[in-house]
Amino acid sequence: MKKNENTPHLNRRGFLKVASATGVAASAPMIFMKDAYAAKDFRNDPKDSKTVTLGFNVPQSGPYADEGADELRAYKLAVKHLNGEGDGGMMKTMKPSMLKGNGILGKKVVFSTGDTQTKSDAARASAKRMIEKDGALMITGGSSSGVAIAVQGLCQEMGTIFMAGLTHSNDTTGKDRRRYGFRHFFNTEMSGAALGPVLEKEYGTDRTAYHLTADYTWGWSQEGSIKKYTEKMGWKTKAAVKTPVGAGDFSQFITPVLNSGADVLVLNHYGKDMVNSLTQAVQFGLRDKQVNGKDFQIVVPLFSRLMAQGAGENIKGILGSTNWNWALKDEGSAAFVKSFGAEYGQPPSMAAHTCYVQTLLYANACEMAGTFYPPEVIKALEGFKFDGMGNGPTEYRAEDHQCFKDVLVVRGNEKPTSQFDLLEVVQEVPRAQVEYPHDMLGGELGPYEV
Amino acid sequence: MDAILIQLLNGLDKGAAYALIALGLTLAFGTLGIVNFAHGALFMLGAFCAVSFQKILTISKKVKDESITFFDAYKEQPYLEIWWGDTGTAIIDYAVPLSIIMAIPVMLLIGFIMERGLIRHFYKRSHAEQILVTFGLAIIIQEVIRHFFGANPIPTPAPDLVSGSAAVGAFFGLNENLVYPWWRLIYLVFSAAIILAVFAFLKFTTFGMVVRAGMADRETVGLLGINIQKRFTIVFAIAALVAGLAGVMYAPILPPDYHMGMDFLVLSFVVVVVGGMGSLPGAVAAGFLLGVLQSFASMTEVSSLFPGIDQIIIYLVAVVILLVRPRGLMGREGVFED
Repeated sequence: MKKNENTPHLNRRGFLKVASATGVAASAPMIFMKDAYAAKDFRNDPKDSKTVTLGFNVPQSGPYADEGADELRAYKLAVKHLNGEGDGGMMKTMKPSMLKGNGILGKKVVFSTGDTQTKSDAARASAKRMIEKDGALMITGGSSSGVAIAVQGLCQEMGTIFMAGLTHSNDTTGKDRRRYGFRHFFNTEMSGAALGPVLEKEYGTDRTAYHLTADYTWGWSQEGSIKKYTEKMGWKTKAAVKTPVGAGDFSQFITPVLNSGADVLVLNHYGKDMVNSLTQAVQFGLRDKQVNGKDFQIVVPLFSRLMAQGAGENIKGILGSTNWNWALKDEGSAAFVKSFGAEYGQPPSMAAHTCYVQTLLYANACEMAGTFYPPEVIKALEGFKFDGMGNGPTEYRAEDHQCFKDVLVVRGNEKPTSQFDLLEVVQEVPRAQVEYPHDMLGGELGPYEV
Repeated sequence: MDAILIQLLNGLDKGAAYALIALGLTLAFGTLGIVNFAHGALFMLGAFCAVSFQKILTISKKVKDESITFFDAYKEQPYLEIWWGDTGTAIIDYAVPLSIIMAIPVMLLIGFIMERGLIRHFYKRSHAEQILVTFGLAIIIQEVIRHFFGANPIPTPAPDLVSGSAAVGAFFGLNENLVYPWWRLIYLVFSAAIILAVFAFLKFTTFGMVVRAGMADRETVGLLGINIQKRFTIVFAIAALVAGLAGVMYAPILPPDYHMGMDFLVLSFVVVVVGGMGSLPGAVAAGFLLGVLQSFASMTEVSSLFPGIDQIIIYLVAVVILLVRPRGLMGREGVFED
């Protein structure tokens, strides 16, 4: 039989060549592969641009505007550090880190900003504007869980990563969790788990609580968690009254507490609402009252220095929980406080801290993935373990995109040593005490590709 | 009994604010026949008189805070304290009551300019046009305030002496632990005084008599050779002053922001409608009535039976009253019915 000259045939030598080449290609390090992602189309791919845009969506008006202003300060500082300006802050202490101070993947970081107005529709509109008009590759911010959940949903639909700012409701990484959403901040479940034992130790097991609750997802979540842990230890709940966000005058809600028979008032309020409700509760003499033979107590489950500053003297001695405090002595916190203080003449709030960390974590994940392609950045963040960012060893749990770390129980400082020394750390509650199964709060992350 | 007393005081307190705003609103409507949607903005401007006065008194020098070692931090020390020591501190402490001195001429002037500059051109136009133009004016005033003072509420505390609570329980022979904030009591007394002063002014002065006559029959009063228009301009300025003073004194209760007028305006219109369009006693009575009802609706016993009732009670009562008495509690035939 005559061999056909035109038919390719594979001899032993040829086979070995092809097999070796395939093997080398398959086992090549990621650095040779990363450009392959560039071939995939994704929204706002910076391609050959020398810059990459991040969208900072914070409340610049409304009851959480103070937190929003501090968040924006932190974002600007993070951009500065990522671009190699300033003293580098936490970039020097973050471990492991691939950040080099040359932007992200060699591209200079620029940003656009939006005002959420602490309203879901306004927040979604400004996030959409930043994604569609400004070309934002990542959205971050928010000081309200309602806003965070709304924007997170939008980002999932648009295939844009959302690094949540201050959002404390369980739902953000619970029933409303999304593949494109990540939360560094703690949640109400962790607040309850951390605060419960301290409340038991300080106020005993025979107490009757009255809740005033901000009427939206965060308030409901906070009330549920505190009830869960206080009722477990024997406390009774007299009433749980929902109050409108931004009510201003809470007197009509506080006066019924006076004769309710409750001996603890739990204020599930945040920002200016908390400042107003606490101030008015004190004006109505609640802290000087004796009920059921016990001193009346007020608890503020979620505390921040900015709120403490607004509430002034009224905050002294009141217990709550917080994600981070500027007075922590670890290397990362000290570096961040020094850097932020030098820039703005005041220490950062916990809202500022979480926003700064989120920006660095996103940038680092892009460096780890070697691309801005969101599904690969998401994979780099999922399960990422890091340290040196002010909360001790921390993990971004892959199953729900919730960070797990130690939680602080704090008390309004009775004897402040400076104008900023307003919260005293009562206990650093270890991660193990506040951790819960990933499927406890329900929810589905959704797909990587959208 | 303790609970009832506290809720009653709280209701009267809220009612006082509603009544004061509604009083000015009715005064403008009764005299000039104008539906002034910018009246809430006048309440807000009053509150910002207190804010501005406080800001003026606390113009400060930056002083290095030696207690911070991490970075260079600064404290603000008001010049008044630097120059006059404790006297300066005391003046700053009394910023809100002292700001009334500034608010009186400022609010009268604003009222005068508003009436002469804009409102008078709309006397003969339809109520719908009046509403549109005054609503537009309210938005402009809001945005101007937002531009200069920002969007955030500005804490404007009451003087230290009256920032605590009064032992009202002991006073009424009830539970000795029962207290009520001093400033809210002061607000209640202040509102009552203003309301009485306005009524006395209209009842016992010649000027007031002419105004009342003009409210009843503008044409006849004009035919008698009285320049009723000029008097009505003054009445409009007085209405602005009443709203402004209500705002000044409310500043320590609710930190002022640019939007506070609009929040109160809606409620005040309900108050005016419930009281009866154009009726001054009706506006006052409805203000207190709705404030008290809102307060009692917030009691645990009530809200556990009807959740959320405290948020809708005012509107619910308005619907019922308008069904039973379409002209409101003290409304007269023919007013706002053309």
